[in-house]
Amino acid sequence: MYKVSSLLLLVGALALSACNNPDRYGAGAGGAGGAGGAGGYGAGGITAGGLGDPNDPNSLAYFQQRIGDRVLFAVDQSTLTPEAQATLSSQATWLNQHATATAIIEGHADEQGTREYNLALGARRASAVQQYLIAQGVAANRLQTVSYGKERPLAVCSDEACYSQNRRAVTVIGAGAGA
Amino acid sequence: MTPRRDTMNPTLAKGKAMTFIRTLCVSLAFAGIAAPMVAAEPLRIVIDEGMIEPLPFAAPSFVAENPGAAEVAAAMTEVIVADLAGTGLFREIPSSAFISQVTSFDAPVSYADWKAINAQALVTGAVAATSDGRINVKFRLYDVFSDAPLGDGLQFGGGQGDWRRIAHKVADQIYARITGESAYFDSRVVYVSESGPKDQRLKRLAIMDYDGANVQYLTDSSTIVLAPRFSPAGDRVLYTSFETGFPRIKLMDIATVSSRALAELSGNMTFAPRFSPDGGTVVFSLEQGGNTDLYSMQLSSGQVSQLTNAPSIETAPSFSPDGSQIVFESDRSGNQQLYVMSAGGGEPTRISFGEGRYGTPVWSPRGDLVAFTKQHAGRFHIGVMRTDGSEERLLTASFLDEGPTWAPNGRVIMFTRETSGAGGAAQLYSVDISGRNLRKVPMEGAASDPAWSPLLP
Repeated sequence: MYKVSSLLLLVGALALSACNNPDRYGAGAGGAGGAGGAGGYGAGGITAGGLGDPNDPNSLAYFQQRIGDRVLFAVDQSTLTPEAQATLSSQATWLNQHATATAIIEGHADEQGTREYNLALGARRASAVQQYLIAQGVAANRLQTVSYGKERPLAVCSDEACYSQNRRAVTVIGAGAGA
Repeated sequence: MTPRRDTMNPTLAKGKAMTFIRTLCVSLAFAGIAAPMVAAEPLRIVIDEGMIEPLPFAAPSFVAENPGAAEVAAAMTEVIVADLAGTGLFREIPSSAFISQVTSFDAPVSYADWKAINAQALVTGAVAATSDGRINVKFRLYDVFSDAPLGDGLQFGGGQGDWRRIAHKVADQIYARITGESAYFDSRVVYVSESGPKDQRLKRLAIMDYDGANVQYLTDSSTIVLAPRFSPAGDRVLYTSFETGFPRIKLMDIATVSSRALAELSGNMTFAPRFSPDGGTVVFSLEQGGNTDLYSMQLSSGQVSQLTNAPSIETAPSFSPDGSQIVFESDRSGNQQLYVMSAGGGEPTRISFGEGRYGTPVWSPRGDLVAFTKQHAGRFHIGVMRTDGSEERLLTASFLDEGPTWAPNGRVIMFTRETSGAGGAAQLYSVDISGRNLRKVPMEGAASDPAWSPLLP
């Protein structure tokens, strides 16, 4: 299966880069996936790599915190807001500057929907991000998508303050970041 | 239901149960869906006409025919009583009210003693344990006010470990004889067992008896698993797993607890798999480039056909019992609604037209109804409608109810109810298609996505 083999390669490459460059992203503290992602629980498996210094534009921490690794969506929508488009344009610039980096885009939904529909909705959101990044010049083969539906909420309360954070797509950077 | 005799007011020691039933009656009355129940002659519960009072029955502890059978005889009686009382159609008369005791299976029944406590049905039984680890179980059902047995006595044999199943089979016989309906107690439920915090939920496939007993785990919790479904023979389970990092359909053989990926398909995600009634075809959703459509696959050949081709989300398919049609959900109109199409694909017909969103349609095993999840005004409901969309009735309401599954006889629906907030947890509930008898399935731990098996052979 293409997806599996490329995923394994991705994990392997990340592990190798972490081994070869233990200080590349800072003190080598373990970080699993993006801060707003699913914590490497599913896609990407368990990975380890330093997040680095957010002041270093080549670091994962910079991508996650300064650019922003996620965009948010309206209820039952996958349309990219102007704010989301601005974030994704910056993500695309970073990805174009770091040509060996790959990413898995995770689509998520809030709990106010049925399980299987939310899986499909999360896929729609991840795909909207993927298509936007591709349109900004990022090669399609560097971007995978996965939907978690409502299985991995970021915020756990049951009102709009949490739901709005959970309706998200998170760009989780994989191998070769900062190279 | 009007009790057939008003000779006396039975001793209603089970105050808790009666309070529950009265509460239920009151709530049903408010909901305006209670209908008068008419008892037909001979002893018969007519479920279609609705019930406001359950039929009183007596089930003296089954006679142990040798000392080795004493424990299992008592336990089996409890299971039979729990099955019958759990339907809400029957009410157990406590043994403290009994005038007669049953100490021998073959002794004549003192009908007058059972009439005096208004036991309309009487169940007697006996259990013998054999030296080779088997049990033999006999039972008889009596229509007390007709002074006669209702049907023939029956005998079941099995291993000691089968005692719960045998008890369910006895209860199935009683239910079927009195209601004229097929039964559902000897059945199993495959579901997702849940643990851990809401943002790191651990999920594993599990299977249990319909009443929550005999839990067996089918997977570990190392990866997310979702929405299992039984094969028509009850020997295999389709489900969706994140094992590869991406949602994929898997097919598990229950006896060996071994599973395999259903197919190597291009596209990002396969999910929402369901068997056809003959077990030979799987219909499912495949997502490519953010768009989800329905496909079918012949299990023997692996041949895949695309059933829908639309830029909208098409998912949650369910076959009609004759295999000729599929009901599914689509948001092609702008939000989730229910549609019916030919099992081979083609132009679908929309059947849901009420306010709100409709999803997770499941065709009833009787073929007459479609159960669904409805989301409206911030609440979730389980409901049923006729297969043309008419006569919609909502059976439940809560913060989050979803994913109905039908009992084998099409009379009861089990579903997931999740509570709100950071500490929210999912539990399994069941409800009659009349909206009566809402109950939490008695089981430990959190659970979601139930799928009911056929009646076991």
